[in-house]
Amino acid sequence: MLMTYALYITIGAVALTMVLCMYRLLRGPYMGDRVLSLDTISINAVSLIVLYGMVNKTQVFFEAALLIAMVGFISTVAFARFLLRRDVIE
Amino acid sequence: MNEASAIEIVVAVLLIAGAFFTLVGGYGLIKLNNPMSRLHAPTKAGTLGVGSILIASMIYAIDHTGGSLHELLISIFMFATAPVTAYFVAKVHVHRDRIGTPLPELDGGKKWATKVKADDQA
Repeated sequence: MLMTYALYITIGAVALTMVLCMYRLLRGPYMGDRVLSLDTISINAVSLIVLYGMVNKTQVFFEAALLIAMVGFISTVAFARFLLRRDVIE
Repeated sequence: MNEASAIEIVVAVLLIAGAFFTLVGGYGLIKLNNPMSRLHAPTKAGTLGVGSILIASMIYAIDHTGGSLHELLISIFMFATAPVTAYFVAKVHVHRDRIGTPLPELDGGKKWATKVKADDQA
């Protein structure tokens, strides 16, 4: 019972954090801030998927969380690379 | 209300800690007024938050789904990649002159390593 409440409070907090990141993504003002907020959104998506797996008492979402983590890292590095050099693969 | 087991209490505490750190990271992202400060808030707080939630999930799995250390893989990956992404975003800020004050001049007319173009090194 205690843990169920904690689970739903945590899901709410992570969702609220994604909304805050969305605000920074839309308002900017600099490109680096937008890249950073996209990275934070992907990290929060990982924790949201893990929490959803805890709600359903299953382990099948683990691969999805790992994939989101990897795609988030690669896309952040590619975005930053593009902003630095205007060219991802030289 | 029945008695909560020790594992449930530990998992609940870790979950609330993760929620707190994640929320602090998001709040810092919108509240701080300098690009480098904004970089500092979500990278550290976000990593701690995800770490707490993943540890909570691992302890919870021992109790409910037969135990697994899968989440350790995600947390190792997160801890390895968070500094790299922070470094890249900081480099974007430096190159686009978004750090407030310019970088100090170096002795002997040398250039900052990050400002040297890849073509000049060859």
